Amino acid sequence: MRSLLYIMMFNAVMGLAYWAYQENVHTQRELANVEELQASIGQARNRLAILRAEWAYQNRPRRLQDLADLNYEHLQLLPLRADHFGHVDEVGFPQQSMSVFDLKGLEAIEVAQRSGNDD
Amino acid sequence: MMTDIPLRTPLRPLGRILSARAKGEDTNRIERENIHKRHESEKEQTRIRAQGRLLVLGIVFIVLYVAIALRVALLSASEPTEPRSQQAGASIVAQRADIVDRRGRILATNMDTHSLYVETAHLVDPTGTADALAKVFLDLDAKRLYSDFTGKRKFLWIKRKMSPEQMQAAHDIGDPGLRFGPREMRLYPNGRLAAHVLGGASYGREGVHAAEVVGVAGIEKTFDERLRDPGQSGQALQLSIDLSVQAAIEQVLYGGMKLLNAKGAAAVLMDVHTGELVSLVSLPDFDPNNRPNLPTKGQAADSPLFNRAVQGVYELGSTFKIFAVAQAMELGLVAPETVIDIRGPIRWGKYRISDFHNYGKELSVEDIIIKSSNIGTARISTMIGAERQENFLGSLGFLEPISLEMVEAGGGKPLVPKKWSELSTMTISYGHGLSATPLHLATGYAAIANGGRKIVPTLIHKSDPKEEKRVLSENVAAASLDMLRRVVTEGTASMGEVTGYGVAGKTGTADKPSPKGNYEKEKVIATFASIFPAYDPKYVLIVSFDEAEDRTGSEARRTAGWTAVPVAAEIIGRIAPLLGLAPQIEKPLGNDITQASNN
Repeated sequence: MRSLLYIMMFNAVMGLAYWAYQENVHTQRELANVEELQASIGQARNRLAILRAEWAYQNRPRRLQDLADLNYEHLQLLPLRADHFGHVDEVGFPQQSMSVFDLKGLEAIEVAQRSGNDD
Repeated sequence: MMTDIPLRTPLRPLGRILSARAKGEDTNRIERENIHKRHESEKEQTRIRAQGRLLVLGIVFIVLYVAIALRVALLSASEPTEPRSQQAGASIVAQRADIVDRRGRILATNMDTHSLYVETAHLVDPTGTADALAKVFLDLDAKRLYSDFTGKRKFLWIKRKMSPEQMQAAHDIGDPGLRFGPREMRLYPNGRLAAHVLGGASYGREGVHAAEVVGVAGIEKTFDERLRDPGQSGQALQLSIDLSVQAAIEQVLYGGMKLLNAKGAAAVLMDVHTGELVSLVSLPDFDPNNRPNLPTKGQAADSPLFNRAVQGVYELGSTFKIFAVAQAMELGLVAPETVIDIRGPIRWGKYRISDFHNYGKELSVEDIIIKSSNIGTARISTMIGAERQENFLGSLGFLEPISLEMVEAGGGKPLVPKKWSELSTMTISYGHGLSATPLHLATGYAAIANGGRKIVPTLIHKSDPKEEKRVLSENVAAASLDMLRRVVTEGTASMGEVTGYGVAGKTGTADKPSPKGNYEKEKVIATFASIFPAYDPKYVLIVSFDEAEDRTGSEARRTAGWTAVPVAAEIIGRIAPLLGLAPQIEKPLGNDITQASNN
C-alpha cells in the first residue's frame, strides 16, 4: 500500500517537472517571438518615419507650386481666390432634385469651387 | 510556572516523615532536601529548552547567510541581462519629437543616416583613400586629407552626416580605416519654409555610435527639453503655423520684395482671438537643413538669420496713430466727429512737426486717421499727456520684449525714449521716437480687432481663447476699427481693398534712422497693419518692407500706400480662402445665374 503511494508520488513529481519544463520552453519561445516582433515594429516605425518625411518632402509647397506652373496647360490649376466662391443657386442641380430641395430657403450658403490647388 | 510542573515527589513524603519521626530526626531537613532536588530538575529543563532555541536560531541564520552568499556569488559570476519579459513597446521610439503645423503636416522630422570617420591606424592606402574621398565629397581637399591621414591624428571626422548614395560610394572605396557610425539627422522637408520659426538643430555631444541632436534657434531651442523628452517623443509638437498660408505669404512677400527692390520684408498673421500666429515670415530667409553661420562682420540685421518680425525693432510710423486716437476716445477726450486744429507746422525747439500734404485748417478725428495727419495726432496726444500715453502703450505691451516661444523674442526689446517728454509724446503718437517689432504692432492691432482685449501671441496651437486683460472698451474698439476700415475705403490705403473681405488697416512710412543718429532721406520702413474681415475681425496681418521703393512711376514712390499695401492686399486675397473665410457678398446675387469666372 505504502509503496503504491510512493510510486504515485514519484510519478506526480516527474509529471510536474515535465510540465514545468514545457512551460519554461514555451515562455522562452514566446519571449523570443516578442523580441522579434518588437524589432520588426521598430523597423516598421523607422520606415514609416522615412516615408512620412518623404511624403512631406514630395508635397512641399514650393514643389507643388512648380508642378502646378509646369503643368498649367493641362491642369490649369490656380490659387484659390475669393472669386472662386459661388452661390448655391449657381450650382447646376439636376432638374428632378429641384422638386426635392427647396432652394429658395437657402440664402447665403456659398460653396467653394475648389480649384484643386490647395497648396 | 511552578504550577505547570507535575509534582511527582511530595516535599514531605509520609513514609520518610513517619520513619524520621520514629527515629526522632528533624523532618524539616527532608523537606529542604526535596526542595533542592526539585530546583535542580527545573534548572535542567530550562537549560535544555534554551539550548534547543539557540540551535534553531543558529540553523535559520546559517541557512539565510548561505542563501544570500549563493545569490551574491551567482550574480557576480553571471552575465548581466535585462529581464526579457519587461520590455515596453514605447521604448522603441527614442527620437526627437516631430514638429507639425496646425493641421498636422510635418515641419520637422528625423532621418537615420550615417557619419563617416577615419581611424588612421587602420588605413591601408592613405593616398588612394584621400583621392577617392575627395571625388565622393567634392568639398573636401585631397591634399589636406592626405596630410591629416599621415599626421599625428589617430581619429578624424570626415562627414557628420551623408546621404545613402555617398555612404555607398565611401563604402566602395573599401579601405578598412574608413568607419561609419549611425547618426540621427534633423530634417526640414519644406526647406526654407518657416525657417525663422523652426530655427534649426545641430549636434551636441558627439560620439562614434550616437550624437545628441540639440536645437540651436527658434522653436527647436525653446522646446529643446520637450522635444528630447523620451516620454513625449511619440507626440509631435503642434505649432499654430499653417503650412499653406505660410507658403502663400512667403511667395507673395518674396515677389513683392523683388518688385519693390526692398532689402528685407516681414509679415505677421495673427488670430485676434487666440493670439495664435498662423504665419510668421521674415525675408531674406535661410535653409534650416543647412543653417548658415552667424555673421562675423557687418550688421546682424543684414544676416538672413535675423528675424525681422520678432527681432527687428523699427519705428513703425503712422500705424501708431490709431493708438493715440483710441486712447483719447477711451478717456472721453474726443469723439470720432470732434474737430481738431491742424494748422502747422508745430515747432518744438529745433524740431518741427508737419504733414505730408497740407490738409487745411482743421480735420475731424476720423479724418485725421483717414488722411494720416501728424499734426492732428500730435495735438490729440498733448491732450492725453506723457504719463497716460506711456501707461497705455505699456498695457498694450509696447514697452517690453514680447513673450513668445522663441529664444529670439527676448532680442526684440522696444527702444523707448529715456525721458518721456512732451515732444516724445507727440512724436510717438505718430510712430516716431518709439521702436517696436512688427509682432508688437500685431498684438496692438489685435486688441482693436477683438473688441479691446490684449492677447499674448503664441506659436503653439490651442483652441480655447484665454481671457485677457481689457485695455479698450468695446465701443472704442469698434469705433477705431470703423476708422481703420475707412482708411482703406477712402484714405491712404485705397489699394488695400480686397473684394469680399473688407480689409481695415493703417499705413505707416517711417524714415530709417541712419548710423549717424539722424534720419535717412531716402530710406524708409513701409508698414501696413491690417485687420480682416472688418465685418467680423478674425486676423491681423502686418506687412513691413525695409527700404522698398516703387520705381514704376516717373519718380520713386516709397510711401506704404504704394509698397506695403498692394502686397498686403495680394496676400489677403491669396490666404483668406485658405483660412476658410468665404467672401462676404456685399449685394446678394439675384436669381439670374452668372457664369463663375475661372480667374
